[in-house]
Amino acid sequence: MTTIPVEMVMAKKERFERGADRRSADFHEQLFALEDAGELIVQRVPDNNVVVNTKYGVPKKIPRAHLWHHKSCGQCGHIPGYSTSIFWIMRKLGYDYEDPKDQTSCTAWNYYASATSNQAAQAAVALRNFAAAYETGYFPLIHCGTSYGHYKEVRSELLHQPELRTKVRKVLERLGKPMVLPEEIVHYSEYLFALRDEIKQHQVRDFSGIGVTVHPACHYYKLVEGDAIFDPDIYQGQRTAVVTGLAQTLGADVREYSTWFDCCGFGFRHILVQRDFTRSFATMRKIEVMKEEANPDVVLTHDTGCVTTLDKSQFAAQAHDRNVGVPVMSEAQFAALAMGAHPFKVCQLHWHSANYRPLLEKMGIDWEAAWAEFQSDVARLERGEQQYLTWEDVGV
Amino acid sequence: MGTATATDPYRKVQDVAGFADVPLKEKQRLVDQVVADPRFEEYLYGCYECGICVAACPSARFYDFSPRRVAQAAARRDVELMYQQMQEDIWECSQCFSCLRCPRGNNPGGIITVMREVAVNNGLASAREALEGYSRIIYKIMSTGTQVSPDMLQPDAFPDWGPEVADVSEHLELWRRALPPETHHTTKTGWAVAEKTLIELYLIWLETGALDMINQVDEGLHMILEEVMEERLEEEGIEV
Ligand code: SF4
Ligand code: SF4
Repeated sequence: MTTIPVEMVMAKKERFERGADRRSADFHEQLFALEDAGELIVQRVPDNNVVVNTKYGVPKKIPRAHLWHHKSCGQCGHIPGYSTSIFWIMRKLGYDYEDPKDQTSCTAWNYYASATSNQAAQAAVALRNFAAAYETGYFPLIHCGTSYGHYKEVRSELLHQPELRTKVRKVLERLGKPMVLPEEIVHYSEYLFALRDEIKQHQVRDFSGIGVTVHPACHYYKLVEGDAIFDPDIYQGQRTAVVTGLAQTLGADVREYSTWFDCCGFGFRHILVQRDFTRSFATMRKIEVMKEEANPDVVLTHDTGCVTTLDKSQFAAQAHDRNVGVPVMSEAQFAALAMGAHPFKVCQLHWHSANYRPLLEKMGIDWEAAWAEFQSDVARLERGEQQYLTWEDVGV
Repeated sequence: MGTATATDPYRKVQDVAGFADVPLKEKQRLVDQVVADPRFEEYLYGCYECGICVAACPSARFYDFSPRRVAQAAARRDVELMYQQMQEDIWECSQCFSCLRCPRGNNPGGIITVMREVAVNNGLASAREALEGYSRIIYKIMSTGTQVSPDMLQPDAFPDWGPEVADVSEHLELWRRALPPETHHTTKTGWAVAEKTLIELYLIWLETGALDMINQVDEGLHMILEEVMEERLEEEGIEV
């Protein structure tokens, strides 16, 4: 009989380190070399920052304040409580930011869906946005996981392909823009992770009884993996630490399920024109597995497409008596709720589909009263007494 | 190499995915374009045939699709098989990049991105078919700078997303005004995009040939987009 050396295996896992051959190169050296050669400008991370650990141990600076919010079309368009919560948290923490109109989508959703674009166009779109941020003096914070993943790809292509740099430079010259890359490409979930202890200091709702499953977003940690945050104390450094680290800090009960590595089923083109695939994958490989193995009160994730897919795919499956029915939101909305945000005025949960009301009750929120408050605000807007709901109306 | 035959186990169907066959030379021309892409050599280092990418792949679970087959065909430069994949398989991929788990350092999803670009650039039937019903999205992203807009949430477009879509659609204008961020009060775009920004975006589409690509798959859409962009640029006194 073979004996499995459990202790030895476990000890190894505790000191888990990736082999040198699996490490991707640190891009910084090349980035600064190009700056020294006068090819581009590197926008530095502001001094007020937190240093975190990435997958292969390269430190990453996450700025606390003075951020240029690179918004996500899917969040702003279809899950507006997502972006609103990110802004709300920053305001609550007392950090300044810029919410620019001089920003386009990264256009990568379309690119991964239809391929009706090319390398130079994609890089030019990215660099136009980076230049727009640089011109304001604020540092870019990327809301969307796909923008973040795609921009990392673009950076890598620009660093390695002089011909591409020449093409993009020509386009930027036509636009009158400088060629700028930020020192770090920072995703909002990294910001929330890095500032999790500050966020906890503002926590006013007890989340200790809340069961959570986490869906890590593919484009966050699979695409150009070296930038993603890993922490030896979270999953022993073997999975990305964002989302989980924040949820644990807020006291939630983060639960395991076996298909954590699977994507959500979004598919870029599938979610729009082939949703039978998206629905099947999202429910059968994610939601049902989570329900069966972990029975969470809420699914947390950190990307636009994942929230949409995991949330919206449940309705049709319910009609077929599948084991679904769990609310889905971003960890930004979850953290905002912990910090006392209004579920409708800030987190805008009425844009979500899966039933979130039992979760709110478990969080100690009277959702009926909260909905009445929102309705009364909306009535004021309707009567023309006020044109928009403002930050003042939501306490920040 | 063109080794595929009617009995080749790697070929899904005898006729190329139901699309008209073309001479080998034409297939070779398309494959050459794939291989010539500067990203290609970064995306493929040979293949162990281990199937790890397949285990990680969502599309492999629901379609007759395999990233391993894509990597192998590319590694062997199997012109027949790569052509067939360009006519069918590539549109099944979810572009999630789970296949980057490959122990060889391959990026089958990336190879597919490149193959898709070649399919679009050459107006292949698969690209035209895959993008049918998708043109309004291309129009949106290229002309407004944001991909999905609040007013797309119509119950008849998303009947499977539950009754909340109808609620949103019914109260859209009011509910958008109930959003505290100043950039979010829009219904036709995700956020308010500045005019100057849009003009810069149009210039990017024109200068990089991205607009021309649309002509290969949807002439009508190309005509509309070209008109919108040129008119706007001319108003600004920008020569195109
Ligand atoms: S990118 Fe495509 S081939 Fe790769 S795992 Fe995802 S669906 Fe499969
Ligand atoms: S994981 Fe990599 S080496 Fe293994 S079959 Fe897929 S492409 Fe080939």
